[in-house]
Parts: sequence; structure tokens; C-alpha cells
Amino acid sequence: MSVNVHPRVDFAVIASLVKPGSRVLDVGCGDGELLELLQNTKDVDGRGVELSQKGVNESVARGLSVIQGDADSDLKYYPDGGFDYVILSQTLQATRNPKNVLTELLRIGEKAIVSFPNFGHWRVRTSLAINGRMPVTKDLPYSWYDTPNIHFCTINDFVDMTKEVGAEVESAVALNALGERLGFNMPWGFWNLFGQQAVFLLKR
Amino acid sequence: MEPGCREQLDFARTATIPTRDHALNCADMTKISRPSAKKAQQSQEATNPHSPVVDFGADKPLHLDSGVSLSPFRIAYQSYGELNVDKSNAILVCHALTGDQHVANVHPVTGKPGWWELLIGPGKPIDTDRYFVLCSNVLGGCLGSTGPASINPETGKAYALDLPIITIADMVRAQAMLIEHLGIKQLFAVIGGSMGGMQVLEWASSHSDKVFAAVAIATGARHSSQNIAFHEVGRQAVMADPDWKEGRYLEAGTVPRKGLSVARMAAHITYLSETALHNKFGRNLQDRQNVTFGFDADFQIESYLRHQGTTFVERFDPNSYLYMTRAMDYFDLAAEHGGRLADAFAGSKTRFCIVSFTSDWLFPTSESRMVAHALNAAGASVSFVEIESDRGHDSFLLDEPEMFSTITGFIRSAARAKGLLPS
Repeated sequence: MSVNVHPRVDFAVIASLVKPGSRVLDVGCGDGELLELLQNTKDVDGRGVELSQKGVNESVARGLSVIQGDADSDLKYYPDGGFDYVILSQTLQATRNPKNVLTELLRIGEKAIVSFPNFGHWRVRTSLAINGRMPVTKDLPYSWYDTPNIHFCTINDFVDMTKEVGAEVESAVALNALGERLGFNMPWGFWNLFGQQAVFLLKR
Repeated sequence: MEPGCREQLDFARTATIPTRDHALNCADMTKISRPSAKKAQQSQEATNPHSPVVDFGADKPLHLDSGVSLSPFRIAYQSYGELNVDKSNAILVCHALTGDQHVANVHPVTGKPGWWELLIGPGKPIDTDRYFVLCSNVLGGCLGSTGPASINPETGKAYALDLPIITIADMVRAQAMLIEHLGIKQLFAVIGGSMGGMQVLEWASSHSDKVFAAVAIATGARHSSQNIAFHEVGRQAVMADPDWKEGRYLEAGTVPRKGLSVARMAAHITYLSETALHNKFGRNLQDRQNVTFGFDADFQIESYLRHQGTTFVERFDPNSYLYMTRAMDYFDLAAEHGGRLADAFAGSKTRFCIVSFTSDWLFPTSESRMVAHALNAAGASVSFVEIESDRGHDSFLLDEPEMFSTITGFIRSAARAKGLLPS
């Protein structure tokens, strides 16, 4: 169910947040590219859940432990604290109940890593403000009526939700449209305007 | 579900279905209920098989779920490839209800190729150049392992129904004794479909330290009510045949052909999908332009099923069919663990691969999903793939490229993890 935003510059950032040898669950793992990267570079014990059967079959053919499942309904089958990290990359905005999913991530994992496209990015804002239409950009190519991204949020919105579910932001990274990291010491408002996507490392 | 049905399902082979009616009331069946040459050969295989055997004597009794100990008993098996020096490359194949150990060689009774030759052999997804592949005839079977057609040492006659009821767990216990006999401490993998998949799950649950990787295809952790119902129809058909003789047909010199044929016909429908049947046969007539206003096999589907029934009788023991179906009916892995399936796999280090097919209504994807969720809850490593196919339950025996790529990827990854392949 991972909804691709090309290129997947968030993968390198996510990989940098994962400690070697840890147990990782990738929710919405797509064709398994990130899991394979983590196995090869971080020696993780990795598992995946993916909504699309095609993604699952490709992942399993790569030798990954992946099952077909839905982030909204199937996370309940995982035990508390079963993983060191639960990753949700570019998938949050496609879930039906993002808050519930985030709560589940933090139940299953000691830590959660969430990456998502920032709807507060200036391009999105200007697209709506100037054109008066739902933004369709290079990175968010879907029209409003056929988008799988049913719950867009901005970086500020996401920070608010982490507080609501009682999660602590251990670290966060915002990336510009070129996949470059924005400065560490900028306030959320700056990131919210110039971050094209964000990666958060959360803990309970 | 059966060796040989792969050929039967092949469209190109439809034309090879004999043109004469294989009616259950046709002359060769009513007048001659005595064993044919092929049937005699099958009986021979039950007591004196074309396979290596291991005899477990009085010092090694098998403690069955029913509370009875079986001793002595025999297991017949086939093997392919070579066991490596540290005996770490063994893959056990578990066969289905009416399958047998002849997984990748010509069948001694039917003369047909092995039932899983698409999957197993040199350079195949399960590569016999690399792995030592083993398949034993299950306990209760009729191709050489102790079953109802074997001689009961206490009476000098076939066991028939005096053989204690065999369960899936009993079959697995017997296999575990065979593995131990061969000096194998841990199987690299256990793989099977349908009833074979049940054995895979049982292996991973009750002997988890002896299973590095497990592949369970088109199966479930229990037999559903509907599945038990179909099996009961089959058993009643066998037992209603006067030639069954209360199970003593071997001594009477008869064969309950009609009963076993009907059982097979009913079961065979459950192995296919409605789409597959419709595409293959539709309402087509068999070698005639019009219906005959009688009860001949007017329709191709009738002729096909009758053929399936009669050929099955030639290669299978009727009492063994009763025991095999019962074993599947009794299987309920969750019930063995206080009703919680996840507890069957608690602490498991085994890597699992679960495969289902979209059109399988005998073991639908929901049954596999239940297993996958239980494995998740137990914290086990699991891959779960549902494969799009319109060929029903029997898909697992057929040429399904996505199944092969799944198994290839899974086995390779497991082999790397076990150090059988460079990482």
C-alpha cells in the first residue's frame, strides 16, 4: 500500500535511523525494496506487510518475509513490543484511520519510523492558492477523485497527532524536493513550508 | 490432490480420455469386481513396495494419538539428491490425501511421472543437485508404509479396519522417526500441499526445532465442516459397496470399485473450480451429437469424472482412503493448543511460507490467512502469498509460475540463512 513518491529518497534517511541487527516490521513494504536495503546494510531481522498481492509476491520472491495484509485492519494480530522498529513509509496518508495506525505502530514497536509527503509544502500551498484546485504535482500525481492518498497532512498536523497519541519525537528529518536534508535547527514552521517530505522517529 | 491428475487436467490431454463410457454400471465393473493386473500390482506395492523401507521393531513402537501403540511398523520412502556431510540439506516432502512417495520418479503402478516433477528435480525450484529430497508414504497409506492393506503380524491377514485410527500428528511422528533413523537432526525444509500442508504445520508445531523452514500450500490448520462433509460422503460410498465386505475385501478377493469410484468422483469436484470445469467441459457432449435420453455419460464432465473414479481404484486401497480422509477430518491444530492457534507456534524459530490460491474453495485463502495471522501473533517469520489462479485446489500440483518463483525465492533465502548458499 506504500504510495510511491519518486524517488524514494526517504529510504536512505530511514535506514540511517535503524540500529544494526534490530527487528524491523515494514508496514506497506511495497515490493520489498526498503526491507532488502535494511537486510543488506543493517543486517536486520525484517518482516513486511503489504496490501497489494503483486508487491507481496515480488517481496517473497526476493526472499523476504512478507504477508498480504492491511495496515488498518491487520496490525492487531501482532504482539506488543514484538519489534524494535515499525516502519510506515509513505503509507500513512493512504490509511483510513491514521491515528489508530500510529497507535498500533507504537504498540508493536519500541520505536516507529514514519515518512510522509508534507501537504504544507509551498508548492502544494501555491497550487491550491493560485489555481484554486486540488494540487497535482510531480510528486503527488493523482487527481483528487482517484488518489489513494485519502488523509494528507502537514508536518505541523503530524506533530500535533504525535502529541495526541502520547508519542515522543526522538528525531525528525525534513527533505526538500531534491531529497536534501533541511537544516536541523529550523522551527517546524520552516520545515512545514519547505519540507517536501518528512521522516519521524517516534518512541512510546 | 493426486498424482497423475496433473495430466488429466491438461487441456491437451482431454482428447485422451477414453471414448467409451466409463459408466459405473458398465460390464467390466458389474461382472468383474475381482482385481485387475494393475490392481494386483497396487496390492503388491502395499506389502512389497518398489521403495526402500525402514522397519521399526518392537523396541521402537509408535505411540498414536488414539492411545494405542503401533508396533512393529514400516515406512517406505523415496529420496533424490545427496545428503551432505553434516546432513543439513534435507528437504522432506509431505504428500497429499491420495498421493504417495513417488514425488519425482515414474510411478510403479500407473507408469506416470512423479506428481511434483514440475517443482522437484535437477535445476528445479527444489533443486535435487543441491538438496537431499525425501518423501515417505504416510502411515496409513497403501504404497508400502504400514496401512490397512499391510499384514497384521498378530493375525497374518491384512489389518483392514483393525489398524488403529491414524492422525496427521501420527504421520508426522512416524516421519520424525524415519528422519532420526537417517541421522538427520534438523530438516532444512518441510514442504507439502493440502494434507501434506497439514503435516508441514504439524511438523513446525510439534517438532519446531527440527524444521528450519516450512512451506505449507493450499492448506489450513483444521478441516472445515464442509470438508468433513465431503469426506463423509466418500467414506459412506465405499462402505455401502457390497464388495467392501466390512473392510475384508482382500480376503474375499473382491474390490469395492463402485464405492471408491464414487468417493473419488465427489472428491475430485472439490479439487477443481467451477470456472475450470466450465472452461474445460461446459455442457459439451461426449462423442455424440445429442443427449440420449438415458443415463449414459452424455456429458464430457460425466465421462471425465467416471474416468477419474475408475483409474483411481486401480492405484489406491479403499480402506486406506477411509483412514486418510479420517486423519484430515481430525486435524485441528488450534484445538490441540487450547483453542489458540498462535500457541501452536509459540517461540518458533522456523521460517514459514504460506501459499494459497484464489479459486481454491476446499482450502480457501481465509484458512491460510488464519495461519499467517497466528504466526504473526506468535512472532514467527512468515511469508504469505495468495496466487491468482482459476484452477482450484489442484493448482498446487500444476504449472503455476508464481508459486514456483515464490518457493524459489523463499528456499534461496532460507538456504542463505542456514549457510547452504553464500549470503
